[in-house]
Formats: sequence, C-alpha cells, structure tokens
Amino acid sequence: MSEHTVGTRGLVFNEPLIFAQGSPGRVGYSLPISDVPEKKAERLIPKKLLRDDIPGFPEVSEVDVVRHFTRMSQWNYGIDLGMYPLGSCTMKYNPRMNEEAARLAGFARAHPYQPEELSQGALQLLWELERDLAEICGMNRVCLQPSAGAHGELTGIMLIRAYLASKGNPRKKILIPDSAHGTNPASSAVCGYQVVPVKSGPRGVVEPRAVAEVVDEDVAAIMVTNPNTLGLFEDHIVEIARIVHEKGGQVYCDGANLNAFVGVARPGDMGVDIIQLNVHKTFSTPHGGGGPGAGPVALKRHLVPFMPVPTVEKKGDRFTLNYNLPNSIGKVRSFYGSFGVLVRAYAYIRSLGSAGLRRAAEVSVINANYILSQLKGIYHLPYDRFCKHECVFSDAVQLQDNVKTLDIAKRLMDYGFHPPTIYFPLIVQGALMIEPTETESKETLDQFVAAMKAIAREAREQGDLVRSAPHSPRIGRMDETKAARQPNLRWRPRSPGS
Amino acid sequence: MRYIPNTEADCRQMLDAIGVGSVDDLFDDIPATVRLKRPLRIPPALSEADLCRHLRALAARNADVDRYSSFLGAGCYNHFSPAIIGHLISRGEFLTAYTPYQPEISQGTLQAMYEYQTLICQLTGMEVSNASMYEGASATAEAILMAHRLTGRDEVVLARNVHPEYRQVTRTYAQQINLAFREAGYTPGGTVDLKQAKALLNNRVACLVVQNPNFFGVIEDLAELAEAAHAVGALLVVAVAEPISLGLLKPPGECGADIVAGEGQGLGVSMSFGGPFLGFFATREKYVRQMPGRLVGGTEDRDGRIGYVLTLATREQHIRREKATSNICTSEALVALIATIYMEALGKNGMREVALQNLTKAAYAKERLAKVKGCGIRFSGSTFNEFVLQVKRKPPDVLRGLLRKGIIGGLDLSRFYPELSDCLLVCVTEQNSREEIDALVQAMGGGR
Repeated sequence: MSEHTVGTRGLVFNEPLIFAQGSPGRVGYSLPISDVPEKKAERLIPKKLLRDDIPGFPEVSEVDVVRHFTRMSQWNYGIDLGMYPLGSCTMKYNPRMNEEAARLAGFARAHPYQPEELSQGALQLLWELERDLAEICGMNRVCLQPSAGAHGELTGIMLIRAYLASKGNPRKKILIPDSAHGTNPASSAVCGYQVVPVKSGPRGVVEPRAVAEVVDEDVAAIMVTNPNTLGLFEDHIVEIARIVHEKGGQVYCDGANLNAFVGVARPGDMGVDIIQLNVHKTFSTPHGGGGPGAGPVALKRHLVPFMPVPTVEKKGDRFTLNYNLPNSIGKVRSFYGSFGVLVRAYAYIRSLGSAGLRRAAEVSVINANYILSQLKGIYHLPYDRFCKHECVFSDAVQLQDNVKTLDIAKRLMDYGFHPPTIYFPLIVQGALMIEPTETESKETLDQFVAAMKAIAREAREQGDLVRSAPHSPRIGRMDETKAARQPNLRWRPRSPGS
Repeated sequence: MRYIPNTEADCRQMLDAIGVGSVDDLFDDIPATVRLKRPLRIPPALSEADLCRHLRALAARNADVDRYSSFLGAGCYNHFSPAIIGHLISRGEFLTAYTPYQPEISQGTLQAMYEYQTLICQLTGMEVSNASMYEGASATAEAILMAHRLTGRDEVVLARNVHPEYRQVTRTYAQQINLAFREAGYTPGGTVDLKQAKALLNNRVACLVVQNPNFFGVIEDLAELAEAAHAVGALLVVAVAEPISLGLLKPPGECGADIVAGEGQGLGVSMSFGGPFLGFFATREKYVRQMPGRLVGGTEDRDGRIGYVLTLATREQHIRREKATSNICTSEALVALIATIYMEALGKNGMREVALQNLTKAAYAKERLAKVKGCGIRFSGSTFNEFVLQVKRKPPDVLRGLLRKGIIGGLDLSRFYPELSDCLLVCVTEQNSREEIDALVQAMGGGR
C-alpha cells in the first residue's frame, strides 16, 4: 500500500491520565503575590459553606501540562494533517489569519456589558456580518445569537412557533424528509412539535406530491436540508415552498450544506422563510473537536418582530443594541452569541468577497463530482446523478466479500485519510458520504481515490486486512459495547485507606 | 485564492474527467429562475495585509481590560489565562479536528474530554459530567428540561437572584412546552427567600433553580434549599456562573444538588465580548440516561489497550432523533479543552489560591467602598468576588464619572432590577491590583 499511503508511522508517545502524574506541592501556575491584606476564607464566609480540598485535582508543573497535551494532540487527526472528507461536516481549511483576528485584545478582552460607546468596533463587526449573511442568503435579517447549527435550528423553530401563535395557532406538526440530520426532528421535539416524516422520491429528492399528501393546516413548517444529505439539490424546492405556504406553513431550510451554492443561488429567492448557517462549516471557523461553532439564523421580514434580543442597529454612524422587541421570543443564550467565532466568519467572508465565495462553492462541487466520477463502478452509487458538495456511495459491492462500510472507513486511516461520514443518511444502507470541500487539491483527491481503489481491491483479495483495520493508529477498534454497558465516565480518586 | 488550491487548469482537467463542459453544467439542477445572476452585494475581497489592518482598526474601537481597569463581572469574568493555553489549543490536531466520531484517530480529544468530565465532577462534587454544553444559560435551561423529564412535573421555581439572562433563556426554552414558572424573591441578605421558596414548592414542581454565588455575588446555603426542594420531591438545580468560586466553596454535590449547570468561562476562557463560552453540566449517576450532550467513556481495544470513545449515544439526536434527550450536537469541545488545561495547570493549590485572591481582593474593595460617603453595601450576606453597591448619585452618572478616569465601574442594576435602580454590581478578580481598587475608591469619593 506504500505508494498510496500519505500517513506513516512516527514516534508516538504513551501518555497516562493527568491524575496519574505529578507530586504534592508541584505547581504549574504563577499568580501575582496578593497585594491586599491577607485573610483566611473562614473570616469572610461561614465555615459550613466552604470546602477544604478539591480531591483528585492534579499537582503538576507547566512542563508536565505542555507535554501532556502535546503528546495527546498527536493521537488526533485534523484538517491540518490531511483530507477530512466527513460528509455534511464541510471540513475545509481553517485560515490562521482568522485565529489571530479573534485573539486581538479589542475582541478577546472585551466585556459584553462594557458601555456601547466603548464597543463600537465589535458592534460594527456584528452589524456588517449580519448584513453580509443576509445578502448571501437572500433574507432580510439575521440573528447571530445561536451557538451552533442545532441551536440555530431550535431558534428557527421557536421563531416559527411564535409567528404562527401570533396568527392564532402555533400548530402541531413539522414535516421532515427521511434524509434529514437527527438534529431536525430533535429540535422540533424540543419545541413540542410532532414530527411527520416525508419519504424521498426515487431521484433522492423530495417530490412535491409527497409533501402535498401530508401537508395540512396542522403543519407548522417543513424542514428541508438543501442540498440534502445525499449531496443532491432539492430541485423542487420552489414548488414545495408554494405547497406549504398555501396551507399557511413555513419553510425552514437547514443550511448545514450551504457551502455548495453560496453566490450561485440564494435560499431566500426559493421561497425559504428561515435558514440556519453553520459558520464552522460554510465559513471555515475551526471545529475544535466538537465546537465552538455558531449557528446564525437568517429570516424573512415577517419573522423579524420575533427575533431574540438584542439586535444590533445602526443609527447614523453609531451602532447600538436594541432590546425593544415586544414580541421577541426572548433569548436563546446569554449575551450576544459566540462572538469570537463570528469574528472568524467575518474575516473569512472579507477575505473571499463575492467572487471568492462563489468560487469556493464551485470548486467544492467540482471536487465532489470528480471523486464521484473516479469511484463510480468501484463502489456502489445508489443515486447516479451529478451531486453538489458531497457524494454518497455504499458498501453494496464490497459486502459480497463480507467487507462493510465500517471496515472501509477504518482501513482509510491506514492510508492517511480521515474516513467519510458513515451509515448516514439512513436511507442508504451502508452509506459512505464523502465531502472533499474546495480546499483539497486535485493531487490530494487523486491520492484519496487511489486509496479507495486500493481498499476495494483489498476487499476482494485480502478481506481480513480490511476487516481488522486500522493497523497504523496507536490503538485499534474500540470495544464500544463495553463502554456503553459498563459506563466509565470519569477517573475516581482512591478513597483514603484503599 | 490562497485557500483554494485547484487552478483553472486543474478544474478543467477534472471537469473533463467528470464529462461536463463547464462548471455551470454541475449546477443545472438549481432552477434557472432562482439562480443569482449578479455578484453578491458584499464588500470586495481584502488581501491578508489589508484585512489585518481593517480588523485591528475595528478591535481598537473597543475597550479592553488591558487599557481600562474594569470591575465588570455579572456572568463574564476577567481572569488570568496562562500563556500555554493559547499555544496548546492552537495545535492543529486539536483545533482542526471534528467531533471524535472515529476514536482510533481522536484519542487526544477523547482523553482530554474524559479528564474534563473528571475535573468537573471533582469541582462540583457530582458523579457524572457531560463533555460540554453551549454556555451557562442554555445549560441551565437544559437542566430544567431534564428535571421535567425526570419528574414528569410542569412547574419550575426559579430564584429572582439567578442571572437575569439565565432566567430569560430558561423561560424561552421552557415556554415551548408550556412549563409554568414561579419566582422566589430574595432576602435583605441577598439570598433566596427560603420561606417564599417553600410556599411555592409543591408536588407539581419539577425543580427549584438557584445560582451560587448568586447574581448579587452572595453565597447561598445550598443544603437548606436542597432540603426544601427534596421535601416535595422536586430536584435542586444549581447554576454556577463563576466557577472560580468552587475553589473555595463547598461543592453543590455535597449540599444535595441534583443537577449542576453553569458557565465555565471563568476557567481561563477569554471574555470575547460574551462568547464562545462553555456550558458545564453534571448530575447524579442515576440520572445519566436523561442527560443531554456528549459523554466520553473509557474502554479498550481488542488487544486490551485502554482508550476512550463517545458513549451512551442512544440518548442523542443522531440515534434517537425526536426522542433524544436534547437536540444538541456541536457544543464547545475546544473551550472545554481550555478549561481542562487551566484546571490542570492550576491544580489543587492554584484553584484554591486564585479563588482566595478573588475573595480577599473583593473583600478589600467592599470594605473600603462601604466607608465612602454616599455608598453602601446593599446586601448583608457573605459574598465571593462580586457585591452590590448602593450609591446616592444616579448609577449612570457614577459610571460616566468613573469612565472619565479610565475605570469601567460595574453594572448598573436598574436594567434588570427596577427595585435596585440605585445599585451597581461590582466585581473584583485577581486581575485587579490594589492600586486599581484604591483608584476606584478614590474616584467614588473615598480617601486614599
């Protein structure tokens, strides 16, 4: 496999839990000598409200801490190391310039309650970001408060509920295609809505007829991911929006996959009322191993009165926070949102401009279709059409040799790639969902394709090698059943005497 | 475009391989009627150098705690963050990784999360912690929803001295499923009015929600609140907005708390104008299957090597969809990593020492301000690093006067509490030197 192998072995360290390290009295910090009169805590706080000790907390030096985390970091895969084709996650390169921007003292060391006149730079940034995101989506306003995509969905459903309630009836049901992310039904349920699934048609998209069959005056909204999780554009979206609107329902677009058509078309022009953006996908803010993200919600004019407070307004050349929205749903988190993440998204949009954003979308689609064209015939392609930003294969061919999607995914690690999203969407059995993004070069894609082809060959000739993968990482496949049956969710300090 | 490696020529080759004439052919499925026929109306692209200049100029228009002495807290605290944190979290292997769905190549993130869960348990005195939530207010809201699921009850008693933004967020969440809220007031000491709370507690109440230290900086007696809640079969939810306080205060888990939800920003996370922050969430082992959020557990591979995986996922949206315990997916892993590094670097002694400095510095400021003419301490209860200062002159005038001297003096409470419209919430941390505190006292009209 060497010719296709990007990854190889290096010196990787073992590193025990921090709790197994250190010794009493060792320190890893340096606080200033207190310059106020010393007092014992007991003189200021009743003793019964105080603790004596934080059992189990480590006592280690700064060097110990640096090595601990540096060694552990080497057990991780990241975009900085190689291609991360995790479908629907849009793992594109994270520009370092944006990291620097977020760390500027005027951003990182600003307090959310400091006076408005001392926050004009931050407010201007938020105001401009809102303006640009509204233009990108073809919407009227954008709420920047939500902390992640699912939080944006939740905010969106709350807004729909408030709007419909103001018309007299919040309604009971939300329509969700069977290809949707789990967050869609979960967000609907948090708002008390009953979920009605809509079956995808034979072309992998939602057919207007299927919507017409289930829509009625109890339906609050339809949630459509576009492009959907098969990487296919929901080409009936305009018609679907018309059908739902006719019954007084709202059209929610899950914008997790917006990267595929930024600058090419706008959800707002397709009849969408509201959409959340995952800035940690489309706008390149780093995912950080599971956040922080941000999930701004772009919406049409009729939903504006219900937006969370505060909104950022511009009066002359002054920016202000407006809390005066009597019909607002309230707040979905403290303060104004993941500001530091929004700074990165702003910097990204300002780096690319209109042509750059459109180019990113186009190349993401070219890259995905290139992979599709190269692997077609080798892996089963359940929907044989051009795709948008991601393509979905399955393990149907390899299953004949008793090699399944999980095995293929694990074997990819040995070749130096992060696996694609697997077993999702649920409507494709054994799905392998590949999203290369625009920040991979043709050479990298060719290496990936070669690795996938090599694995297909191995599946036929050396099935065991694939089934027992991965072989290169520090550890092999983990016993997940044991993890769930005998939960071990924390280290425990030894009780005295044991 | 420096982030897009493929050139026109590369793309041409790829389009040939795909078998289409132009990239437009790949967008045929977007109806022509809705395709955008003009460029987006956004500002033109900037070079890295120009963008850098532009952002610096924007940042310079904000106050920051390097240029002002600030006494603002109220849920966002100015604590010292060791230099190693910025460096370690910038490692691409942490920064540019996704949620650790593939454990074999995510052990760094997973082991760090396992350590984080342990540290949060030890700090709060609880039995299990999840791997992070968005921030303190929505974590508190999730705690209420969990209490509702566990008890099957539809009422919530919420203390008025809980952070006003937490109260607003929890109501926004809870009104979706029509939970009813009752508000328990506060005593002249600034703590929850136990008598009032008891009067509101009954067998329809899912939980009593309090904050410690509360929004006024005053320390609650959690044990008696827990007893009151448990007497009617309700749970006690404790919100913690200032985690540094747990370096000294008795952990809520030892006082009978059933769920501890809060804000981890104080643990080395920059203030960043209010986010990204870190929600933490811990509870009793018996409730773990109703918990929201990711959980990391220890296990082993087939050769018996110890490692970590995301576990108990049957609670979560990607498996359980509308029956999940929460819709949360991406949360705050990297921010939790900051908190993990912070807690490990400070360790047993540092956590205590930094808490003690906050306590004694705030006590010094409180004592000195109490003696200034026209100033008074509004609540008699013991406080940690914040206290409510009553002032004779109008708070906005006081704050404007301080600002002229380079001091951001605290939060005008009239915004949240009409009954406290003559009060400021003042916060003092280890970052405020005695000199700064003395300057504040002097600017308020006190002596040197």
